[in-house]
Amino acid sequence: MKRARVIWNGAVHDATEAAGRLRLDTGELVCESDVVWLPPLKPTERPRTIFALGLNYADHARELAFKAPEEPLIFLKSESTLIGHREQTQRPPDATYMHYECELAVVIGRKARRVTRADAYGYVAGYTVANDYAIRDYLENYYRPNLRVKNRDGCTPIGPWLVDAENVKNPMNLRLSTTVNGSVTQRGSTADMIFDIAFLIAYLSAFMTLSPGDVILTGTPEGLVGVHPGDEVVTEIGGIGRLVNTIIGDEALSEAA
Amino acid sequence: MSQPDRIEADPANGTVNIDGRDADIDSIDWDVPTRGTVFGSLLNYRGALAALGSAVDAPPYQAPPQAPVLYIKPANTWAPWGAQIVLPSALAAVEIGAALGIVIGSTACQVPERDALDCVAGYTIVNDVCEPHASLHRPAIRQRCRDGFCPIGPWVIERHEVPSPDALRFRVLINGALAAENTTANLIRPVARLIADITEFMTLAAGDILLAGVPENAPRARAGDRVRIEIDGVGALENSFVGERR
Repeated sequence: MKRARVIWNGAVHDATEAAGRLRLDTGELVCESDVVWLPPLKPTERPRTIFALGLNYADHARELAFKAPEEPLIFLKSESTLIGHREQTQRPPDATYMHYECELAVVIGRKARRVTRADAYGYVAGYTVANDYAIRDYLENYYRPNLRVKNRDGCTPIGPWLVDAENVKNPMNLRLSTTVNGSVTQRGSTADMIFDIAFLIAYLSAFMTLSPGDVILTGTPEGLVGVHPGDEVVTEIGGIGRLVNTIIGDEALSEAA
Repeated sequence: MSQPDRIEADPANGTVNIDGRDADIDSIDWDVPTRGTVFGSLLNYRGALAALGSAVDAPPYQAPPQAPVLYIKPANTWAPWGAQIVLPSALAAVEIGAALGIVIGSTACQVPERDALDCVAGYTIVNDVCEPHASLHRPAIRQRCRDGFCPIGPWVIERHEVPSPDALRFRVLINGALAAENTTANLIRPVARLIADITEFMTLAAGDILLAGVPENAPRARAGDRVRIEIDGVGALENSFVGERR
């Protein structure tokens, strides 16, 4: 099943995909373009932990002139950076290089502690698409990538759907692509991850407890291109979803505010 | 016993007053006083930056830090006052990071320094525990994010009760013996400046806790140790460390 969280008619609803439309938890059928899309994640009592992988595709590591890491490069993000499908992400006025990153997001479904690779998939609730924008002008070499690059407000669109794990036969063989204003700029396959999903769940749960609602953004393949105000950026993963985001400049945000 | 939302705390004596009755701190089943995100600040003490010496200009760092360097202490690391912190058997000792916890009271986005303290609800004590790690090049998730590696509490002292957050003396006691002492006067970015420089790029929300930083030469604790962090005017946070049962 494909699940979403949306605002319709001024109220938040859980919803499921129904033949191209949304079936709200009230039973009503509504059009996808008539709702505001929230991240497809149920609220958690404590802040969810959002992990993100750096350099987890060999081609991307090469693109950035890094040798592939021997241990996963993992950083954390806060929920304040998440926004939903069809929303806007601000490019800071002084930025010279801001790029998207199309990533498969794994959502944890059960408390996980010291899980083996063989059992890891039993702890996955489902999958969604994330766009882990980075503003490279702000990179510094302490705890890199630093939060100023990766944790800005609204810089991590996620959605539109959370697809139940049971409906994704092989998450390690999904096509990823990004288009900017309709032109394909990034292509890859989750088959090319250096550290795969089962490894990551086993690795993390060996030293910390994962909780339902935690999210792992599994990294991005090569094909990063700068984005500018007005660009429509679509990150898509086969069978999971097509996440649309628009880049805005400073003035647009001020007007919106 | 459930925890009331509001109690009168006496940080100097370690006692609290609940509904008109005095109670010893040990008699209370504490919870962590937050539901927001906990952000740590790296290298925000002059001594901590100085300890890196000329390394800041060499690879991999290339330059001293420009903007605040933050990290997140996720919810699995939170532990209340008095909780036992489990040390994995592979770890002989951990560093005790004595930190002033700045509890955000209202949404803080692009706040000027002069208004920054208006966004603060109050202050608490945080033990930012970590596994010693020499390189600060990559995020230290394995070193900082183990279960229980962030005791917080016991309470939040309201902002107006702490008029000078940038001149608070604090100390770490391990098994009752003084192991370290310092003052928030040594912060590179004092509290208001830190909030201003962070909210330039990222919004802080009510309930978030921002750690002012951890000083240099963090003392180390081993299994069996009882650790107490005292911050003058805010209170004391006590936890014990135990070995892993396998």
